[in-house]
Amino acid sequence: MSKWTHRHLVDLHDLSREDIEMIFESANSFREVNTRDVKKVPTLRGKSVICLFFEPSTRTRVSFELAAKRLSADTINISGSSSSLTKGETILDTAKNLEAMNVDLLIVRHPVAGIPRVLADNCKAGIINGGDGMRAHPSQALLDMYTIQERFGKIDGLHVGIVGDILHSRVARSNIVGLLKMGAKVSVCGPATLMPPGIESYGVDVVESVDDLIKEVDVLMLLRLQKERQKQKYLASVNEYSTVWGVNEKRLEAAKKEILIMHPGPTNRGVELSGDVADGGHSVILNQVTNGIAIRMAILYLLSTVRDEGLVSTQ
Amino acid sequence: MSLLIKSARIVNANKEEKKTQDILIEKGKITKIAASIKKDGAKTFDAKGLIVTPGLIDIHVHFRTPGQEYKETIETGARAAVKGGFTTVMCMPNTQPVIDNAAIVESIIDEAKAVGICNVIPIAAISRGQKDEELVDMYEIKKAGALALSDDGKSVVNSQLMRMAIQYADQAGMVLLQHCEDPLVSAGGAMNEGENSTRLGIKGDPGISESIIVGRDIELVNYLGGHVHFCHMSTKRSIELIRMAKAQGINVTAEACPHHFTLTDDAVQSFDTSTKVNPPLRTGEDVEAVKEGIKDGTIDCIVTDHAPHSAEDKEVDFQHAPFGMIGLETSVGLTMTELVHKGVISLSQMVDKMSTAQAKIVGLENKGQIKEGFDGDITVIDPDQEWEVTETDTVSKSKNTPFFGYNLKGRVKATIFAGKMVFEDV
Ligand SMILES: [Zn+2]
Repeated sequence: MSKWTHRHLVDLHDLSREDIEMIFESANSFREVNTRDVKKVPTLRGKSVICLFFEPSTRTRVSFELAAKRLSADTINISGSSSSLTKGETILDTAKNLEAMNVDLLIVRHPVAGIPRVLADNCKAGIINGGDGMRAHPSQALLDMYTIQERFGKIDGLHVGIVGDILHSRVARSNIVGLLKMGAKVSVCGPATLMPPGIESYGVDVVESVDDLIKEVDVLMLLRLQKERQKQKYLASVNEYSTVWGVNEKRLEAAKKEILIMHPGPTNRGVELSGDVADGGHSVILNQVTNGIAIRMAILYLLSTVRDEGLVSTQ
Repeated sequence: MSLLIKSARIVNANKEEKKTQDILIEKGKITKIAASIKKDGAKTFDAKGLIVTPGLIDIHVHFRTPGQEYKETIETGARAAVKGGFTTVMCMPNTQPVIDNAAIVESIIDEAKAVGICNVIPIAAISRGQKDEELVDMYEIKKAGALALSDDGKSVVNSQLMRMAIQYADQAGMVLLQHCEDPLVSAGGAMNEGENSTRLGIKGDPGISESIIVGRDIELVNYLGGHVHFCHMSTKRSIELIRMAKAQGINVTAEACPHHFTLTDDAVQSFDTSTKVNPPLRTGEDVEAVKEGIKDGTIDCIVTDHAPHSAEDKEVDFQHAPFGMIGLETSVGLTMTELVHKGVISLSQMVDKMSTAQAKIVGLENKGQIKEGFDGDITVIDPDQEWEVTETDTVSKSKNTPFFGYNLKGRVKATIFAGKMVFEDV
């Protein structure tokens, strides 16, 4: 088996297919831990992990925090409002302050694209991108792919459709990069106003109609629609969005028997998908949440192995 | 005090001399150009092996006075200018407060005269406070010494106000320099909208935000007469529109900046905030169109849009960083490297675009040519010297440029302003 070499997880661009498979294998072993009565292993004892979140997020932060705690790491949460890391403080200052804290791993979520990349370039701690602007959300894409792999036993050769606000979605971008790397075919679908220019350059198909897409795909990923898109004039109305792009049982009748319905959450029931689809037999939305912890444990573990060696070599 | 330049190979916009000549400057004016001149008591400068051009002109710089002198002052800006070979620069009015009245115009001219190493002429705003509501007092401002008006940093968006501005400025004898950007279309975009912005997850500013205003102003000038000069053209479509307008005899002119013919939006991939500029770095197709426009005359001049920002201002994330890069000290090097040495334009065309045409557009008298009776503003260039752009050699107060580490061919060796040696490369 090849060896994990990355100090940071900023973007799936940086990972090879083997790297991603390594994360999945590692997640397999941690998944077992999560079913135990005492859900704790000493893997990261003595390590400090900071969640530095500049955007409100319960799911991702809790998932990372639980993952770190189950690995016995010391965890601290810093949220945008309670930290000094506001616009006035420069990124360089930020990086230097964090270095001085001797943290091992830093999970960063920020509304501005590129912040985790800049921190990774300037910081000794391992940086994990917990989502940056519209750019990337690698841990989400990894857990999504892991969930697909779990159901189908493979990703290679599957056809995945992503529906909704592709323009503003870091989840879509990271999934596109990861799924293509793993050999899937990816199609995107949504309002033209929310389709980013040049999206085809990734190697994805743009499909006009959800109904055409549903017939073809093995997996349908629905993206959360922010209601403010209507006010920003991207949409005529949220109602019309749900009529044209929302997925309900009726629409699913045309789908393959084994189709998976995924959603990064939190869902807007009645908008991206109907309640019965969210709770129905094709939905793996809750599996995604469960798998999220195992995947994040794997990420924390693998990154920490490189930190250790790095520290030894500098002494 | 007189200055005698020996063995000068003179390059004017209309002619590149093959033989060397001597140039005598007395009391700030060029008094004699001849094969060999002897003048007792004159300071001499030997230009053997170098080319000698009219003092370079840049009608688009930002010197941040008044209000943001921590980024650049008239003095530091002037030092960067003369190091870059410029003897006349015009500074944009998007200062704090905005340069929108005669008193501020006079104060800047006075301050520049006190510095005394080059000609710094303020540009005043088109609309009071650059608020896009009312016109400034153009006659007063002209009397105070400004030649041109601009709301640079943003467009005059209100089409009715722009109509009035064109008519009023034409009558008052002022030139309008339009920063072309429909803000409802650019809508907070921080880089060019396209494949790169999609991949980087940075909000994009599509090229149409520029060409929409270019197209509108062409229509206004076509209808009203008058003249509009388009600042820092960056897109293929804008240049096509200007080419069409000129072919139809519509009186518009245009400028482009070295970064827009050198870099594409690929440069943003590093999230280096020194690549954040407005208009943004565009695609390879746009870069080629800018070069083509420069070559065929659609683009009349090359300006820097020298826009200094302190390290503190730029050391924030890409979205929040201010737009702009410095350019005065790299303009000759980039223009020679990218355009002259690659055969896109001749040395004479370079002189036209970096001096003569600009003097004509804003109505600078007795500048832009090496000619008896003209001002003694001269730039001396070694066309073949190779050099590296470094932070330590940069004299501008701010160091925000993506060109550190670039190797350029063509370097300014000396700058002469009104017969005075104001910069010499040693
Ligand atoms: Zn401008």
